[in-house]
Amino acid sequence: MGGFAGNTGHDPHVLYTLSAVQILALFDKLDILDVGKVSSYVAGLQNEDGSFSGDMWGEVDTRFSYIAICCLSILKCLDKISVEKAVDYIVSCKNLDGGFGCTPGAESHAGQIFCCVGALAITGSLHHVDKDLLGWWLCERQVKSGGLNGRPEKLPDVCYSWWVLSSLIMIDRVHWIDKAKLVKFILDCQDLENGGISDRPDDAVDIFHTYFGVAGLSLLEYPGVKAIDPAYALPVDVINRILLTK
Amino acid sequence: MHGRPRKAYKPEEEAASAAKAAKLRGLQSQFMANHHNKIYTKEAVDLSTKLLEINPEAYTAWNYRKLAVEDKLSGIESDPDLVKTILDEELRVVESALKQNFKSYGAWHHRKWVLSKGNSSVGNELRLLDNFQKLDTRNFHAWNYRRFVVELTKRSEQDELEYTDDMIGSDFSNYSAWHNRSVLLSSLLARKADGFLPNKKIPDEYKLVQNAIFTDEDDQSGWFYHLWLLDQTVNVETPLLTSSWPSHSSRISLYAGCSKGSFSKLTTFGSESGSFPLVLYFDQAVGGVSSSTVTIDSELKGNEDLVWEPVSKKNSQVSCVWVARLKYISSEPCFGKEYKVKVRVGNSPGIVSSRGCNFSASYEFVFTAHVHDTVEESSQDGIVSWKDGFDIWDAESKDLNALATLDRSNAQMDSKWRQEAIAEEIDLFRELPDSKIGKLTLARLLMAKAMISDDAVKGVHYNEILELYKDLMALDSSHYQYYKDEHSVALLRKVTSSTEDLSGHLFRCRNMNNSVCLRLNNLSLSRIASVEKLLFVQMLDLSHNELHSTEGLEAMQLLSCLNLSHNRIRSFSSLDSLRHLKQLRVLDVSHNHIGEHSVDTTRYLCSSPLSNSEWPQDEVGSQMPSLVTKYWDAYFVLRDLNLKQLDITGNVIAGDEFSSFVLQVAPKLVWLDGKKLEI
Repeated sequence: MGGFAGNTGHDPHVLYTLSAVQILALFDKLDILDVGKVSSYVAGLQNEDGSFSGDMWGEVDTRFSYIAICCLSILKCLDKISVEKAVDYIVSCKNLDGGFGCTPGAESHAGQIFCCVGALAITGSLHHVDKDLLGWWLCERQVKSGGLNGRPEKLPDVCYSWWVLSSLIMIDRVHWIDKAKLVKFILDCQDLENGGISDRPDDAVDIFHTYFGVAGLSLLEYPGVKAIDPAYALPVDVINRILLTK
Repeated sequence: MHGRPRKAYKPEEEAASAAKAAKLRGLQSQFMANHHNKIYTKEAVDLSTKLLEINPEAYTAWNYRKLAVEDKLSGIESDPDLVKTILDEELRVVESALKQNFKSYGAWHHRKWVLSKGNSSVGNELRLLDNFQKLDTRNFHAWNYRRFVVELTKRSEQDELEYTDDMIGSDFSNYSAWHNRSVLLSSLLARKADGFLPNKKIPDEYKLVQNAIFTDEDDQSGWFYHLWLLDQTVNVETPLLTSSWPSHSSRISLYAGCSKGSFSKLTTFGSESGSFPLVLYFDQAVGGVSSSTVTIDSELKGNEDLVWEPVSKKNSQVSCVWVARLKYISSEPCFGKEYKVKVRVGNSPGIVSSRGCNFSASYEFVFTAHVHDTVEESSQDGIVSWKDGFDIWDAESKDLNALATLDRSNAQMDSKWRQEAIAEEIDLFRELPDSKIGKLTLARLLMAKAMISDDAVKGVHYNEILELYKDLMALDSSHYQYYKDEHSVALLRKVTSSTEDLSGHLFRCRNMNNSVCLRLNNLSLSRIASVEKLLFVQMLDLSHNELHSTEGLEAMQLLSCLNLSHNRIRSFSSLDSLRHLKQLRVLDVSHNHIGEHSVDTTRYLCSSPLSNSEWPQDEVGSQMPSLVTKYWDAYFVLRDLNLKQLDITGNVIAGDEFSSFVLQVAPKLVWLDGKKLEI
């Protein structure tokens, strides 16, 4: 079929297809894939209006637009979809506060904003973003404790150190937040006894928040952490190797 | 995963957790067997119900249930009661799963899938939604589902607007409700629905949102809604021409030869190509500028069917700035001939804003071009020095005409309700002296007011705005750089707001035969702005500032000499906008931070293969692939520039390897870091 599932025996879905491609890209093992099949699976999920379904059951969400674009770009098969229509659909999800939601009219949310901004970045379409308007919305995610929340009047969470931060970096507005305070917040979320990072200080750690904490520190140029690409969530040297060489 | 306290597992907890996992694994493997063998008996389906009630994230189980439903429905379509029973069961399972996790994408999507088969009533769904929205008024799954139901049942926008009234009325701190309101209201205003005219509605909305802002000065729920209202008040939908070069009634002198020359007047221009740029600057991004929508009426030969280009990213068909090149050197001798040029913008329909509004009625401007035959004598390849001394420029009044721009903002704001709304809001926000949102909103309101005020009052407004931003830098230090950028924007608006203010920054550059230079150095500028008033600039000194990007400079199509030394430029990718400046010959980026940072904040704002908007590589590129990968942004930027002089000393990236790379990529370079290059 071409798609990947979350685990053996489960059904295929773009979410896990992207993860598979990202992992292989990380280890420079993309050649074990049947690129034609995988890219056709992903490309086949584009709808008439340019949006993408997650799988054959038709759930539409801009997360899937990002996933498809990110995946096909790594595989160098973006020409298998209509990039123009994909971009148009993403732009139709732009809100009056400058942010993006999962479908047209849906509330702006940092996770969706990352997906939409990332997709627009990868397709050279950031001119559709009002960088000042969105930049202000994003920088106001930084609360008094220094952490970032995902939308107004919500609690800060380490995973937003990725969603908000990478979005700010892609639109060149990251200087609008206090980086030192954010570093401190992420470090405060560590479990110094058993390792790992949690969503908030003194909460239980998990691998999801550990990843986003480390990725956030990379974007904040924390010493000793490799540079990560804000659009692909993979190391810069991996993306440069894939996209800058013929 | 979220919000669980950190504590060591007690042995009993470990055991219970392991038992739960074992049970789940058992259920799952039984379920998988049923799924792969396409078994849809009641027993098998009940198993999937059990699994989903424990773990609504088992997405394969939701897929299985859809297959089971389709299997059951085939053959019994004629029995509506049976169909209803089957679908009702699905809805029940979804509700049960949502109780476990009301943020489960799989559960919500399954419900939508079931509903698309035509079961359940609006009443039922809205009731379900009411329960969820009471539990968590910000649950975006519920709000999305609400929009889905509204769409399906064609509930009116007015009714939904009332629902947001109720939500906001019971708790103003509900960003989700304000968001929904903005979507509904903008739709009603756009189609001019009954009772929804902006001049009445917008002032009403200001009153509604005041509560949200003034009750708790730290609560952000109303901030972005208020900003949207301000945008609706200040900005007119129809695009307008803000400025042009040459400007209306100006007289320009054109020479053949190098533009890096000795032009002591503000309005002289020379080019090796024998053409000059005609620049149009609109108040918003537009498309459709072409030789049929913009007509040129002139005796300058060879200018039929001009090609108009948007000054923007490669993939974009729209831009605020459009440029075409008019030829002025022809085979016929033209000693000191004067040509009148009439430009009519919007001659025929076709210029449309990116939001779909047509350019207003056609606008015409006229300028005179005086073509000189003499070729520039002074050494074309002499070095430009920024240090040798600048003299104050005594403007002749006719030169100052070149600085006059259209000041279209007046035309925009002639509606009484707009001016009144701004005035009222200003009065209101003066009552919130020590709050961050109070000062920020007041600064924005004053900026809107300043744009439409007379020169006499403008200065006062700008000074107050600058003070407000200074206050904010101290009051809300986390966002210091945001207020700094806004301060820079206000400062540049002030500098360009009158010809007196601007001429104070114009100097003669002695080393350049008294060419006119705009000096904006040592102003702590962190951001470029007001470029629409600076289209005439050919020599620009922005040294000793805090700039980290040249965003905005792309409109300065006449720019030939640029000094960016002693700023905060971190990468060549941040200089991407300079690729649009076809006249640029001299660039100084010495003493910056290029090569110092591992994070590139303009990586995706620069046209390159990384953003799928530029394709490798020419012959030069293919000869040194590893250096092109290492210095990819310098490669694309320098390749597109036609520089004669470059200064890069004082950057971490500078060194032998980089210098020799530069020489390969920019073969026309004559001066590098002050040394003349062997040809």
